[in-house]
Amino acid sequence: MEIIDGYPDFMMESIKKVERTRKSRIGRNLPRMSSDQREVILSKFHPDYKEHEKKKLQIGPNKGYRMPLEMISLLEAEPFLDTSKVDLSRVDYDVDVLIIGGGGGGTVASIWANMSGVPADRILISTKLRHGDSNSMMAQGGIQAADGPIDNPPIHYLDIIGGGHFANKPKLARILAMQAPKIIKWHESLGVMYDKDKEGNFVERPGGGTSRKRMHSSKDYTGMEILRVVRDESINRKIPVLEFSPAIELLKDDMGQVAGAILMNLETNQYYIVKAKVVIMATGGWGRLHIQNFATTNHYGATADGLVMAYHVGAKLRDLDSVQYHPTGAAYPEQIVGLLITEKVRTMGAQPVNMNGELFVNPLEPRDVEASAFIRECYEREMGITTPTGMTGVWLDSPMIDIVQGEGTIHANLDAMYRMFQRFGIDMTKHPMLVFPTLHYQNGGVEINEHCQTSVKGLFAAGEVTGGVHGKNRLMGNSLLDYNVFGKIAGINVAEYIKNVKIGKLTLDHVDKYRNILRDANIKSKVKAPMILPEYREENLMKRTIKV
Amino acid sequence: MKIMEKNSSATEKEMKEKKPAEVEQAFISVYIMGKEHRVPFGLTIMKAMEYAGYRFVRGAGCRAGFCGACATIYRMKGDYKLETALACQTTALDGMYLTQIPFMPANKSVYDIEKLNPDINSILHLYPEIARCVSCNMCTRSCPQDLEVMDYIQAALRGDTEEAARLSFDCIQCGLCTVRCMAEISHYHVGQLARRLYGKYYSPTPRHLTERLEEMDEGKYDEAMDELVVMDKENLKKKYWKRDMEVK
Repeated sequence: MEIIDGYPDFMMESIKKVERTRKSRIGRNLPRMSSDQREVILSKFHPDYKEHEKKKLQIGPNKGYRMPLEMISLLEAEPFLDTSKVDLSRVDYDVDVLIIGGGGGGTVASIWANMSGVPADRILISTKLRHGDSNSMMAQGGIQAADGPIDNPPIHYLDIIGGGHFANKPKLARILAMQAPKIIKWHESLGVMYDKDKEGNFVERPGGGTSRKRMHSSKDYTGMEILRVVRDESINRKIPVLEFSPAIELLKDDMGQVAGAILMNLETNQYYIVKAKVVIMATGGWGRLHIQNFATTNHYGATADGLVMAYHVGAKLRDLDSVQYHPTGAAYPEQIVGLLITEKVRTMGAQPVNMNGELFVNPLEPRDVEASAFIRECYEREMGITTPTGMTGVWLDSPMIDIVQGEGTIHANLDAMYRMFQRFGIDMTKHPMLVFPTLHYQNGGVEINEHCQTSVKGLFAAGEVTGGVHGKNRLMGNSLLDYNVFGKIAGINVAEYIKNVKIGKLTLDHVDKYRNILRDANIKSKVKAPMILPEYREENLMKRTIKV
Repeated sequence: MKIMEKNSSATEKEMKEKKPAEVEQAFISVYIMGKEHRVPFGLTIMKAMEYAGYRFVRGAGCRAGFCGACATIYRMKGDYKLETALACQTTALDGMYLTQIPFMPANKSVYDIEKLNPDINSILHLYPEIARCVSCNMCTRSCPQDLEVMDYIQAALRGDTEEAARLSFDCIQCGLCTVRCMAEISHYHVGQLARRLYGKYYSPTPRHLTERLEEMDEGKYDEAMDELVVMDKENLKKKYWKRDMEVK
């Protein structure tokens, strides 16, 4: 097998076909699907519609509710904390606001809580890895805000609701759309560098399922640019952060309200007791559960810990039956399989095509529809390309971008993508990229109201860990927006909430009760939760490990 | 659709014993902090370390080249040169001696962005050590993003905030430049300050955003929103499918 420009010869054969059809495809696209067409393709090809990949949860407030097997396994797992070994009488940190998760949502919440009057030293961020390590850092394509002359928030709202299959919580979707321009303004004041044209206006692009060009971006490092600025701001405000110290269970008090958390120092294995008047859960999503064995775009720490901890205290969850698969995960080369190729590549004009270089779907369908069309092309029509390691994918014809928009457009707007492929010998300005859907986002999560309160007193939540904002499918550019909007709302609201809170005697009884509920339901699980870190060491090696 | 993150569960010896004819998998030697491990060829440094039995707590983050958690220094056997890499974005090669630099105790100035005076000395004032740059260019050579690091430090030094912001924009803040700097400059924090200064003070907020915010303050869209949030699903669907698309 010969390798030419990073591709094996047989893949290069297919690329030649893509090149031959390229000229005739310029300026031409297949029409978008109708409502009925969407339904058909989703039900036949979207992984969410495989009923045997889900089952009913047997316990708790969402009993009877269907979720992916991997999520059920964690919610029906044994809590890994042995409560009998925890001494609650010695409190290590006594604060007003505990924020669990140092990604986008948590960091934004810390700033707004501080701006709303909570002194920095009365706030504590606990995070599993480093401050900022999160999916927020990895978002590439952009952030939506209806600030253009022919756009407005009600139009944005319609896109959100329709993209979410009309299952969103209307009040949350409204807040998302209405707060968006304010968030952009706030970012401008903090010094986020958005792409602007020569007149100083934002460069705004469309996204899958959006009816207007309202995607603001910072090249293809949008998530990184926003997060490194808000993190810098949080550090400047001297808000304390405990890194490598994830929460492993929430604490309650004897009046039943959430009153802090048990943290675990991942490097020394000791636990810390944090007593807090209120807790904001901002732990992000579940990509590292590898639902249905999909590869993922997600961060190393995206293991759904927040959902598990929140469920242990009785918080209601919602929309966890729906998983977002991003249509364009890398399918080749092997080293980067599953990593995100931003939707911006399509919004800038790259078309998805099959092994013969033929169009098979409009490039800007909502993500679930687009992903389903890719799966259909690969597995029903068998028009995909299979790599030497057995991944099948379709082409994303990236060279079109420079052809249509002028040479240098890729370098100016998609440097992260260019760099990622160039590191493995592929030049995306010259050759297309092979793509296949990859596990990307947790559409649902802990249910919140418009103040970011969960169903349990003392527990707020913001960002990807929550459910309701995006219904059953989130649109591009609405997750960066989500963590900024709801991080802000959570921060402002906890500052008000703590004024009237008194915490009683700390307890972990709810964890023991959860164990009893599992026993009564006759669930015997070998799994322990929360997961904290995924396991990528090989089985044979694990069988031979011993502990000192 | 298999999990590509997971490595083969067989060892080199077992793979060879099981199917001697079919095994094409080549194995290589990597030296993790000096200790030799045999790993399949074709893995990233990060996956090779996991294959060798390491479980990351530090040293792994986004696993996609955006967070800088997996900064790595290596040297090829027989060579004297120290090279830098991101473990998640670099293929492990035979004879690689490697270690990770999971943390850099770099100096970050604490400031109130609202109170900064944006002039030619504002960066130098907070990071006076940039004046110690001797233009050795080691920072640029060590950047896994291939940025012109020395050039942005020099731009910051002469007060060209825009150039410093532009050149440092793709920085993932891994700290490898800072590890190697003889002048003890925290380049990535300097870049962060330059970008915030530029974004806030040199790049004005577009008028269309300000106008939209004024409209919203006057409550222009409140009524439309009030109607939409209580609208029944059927009417909402009709409205959604009838909406006009700016991009067809």
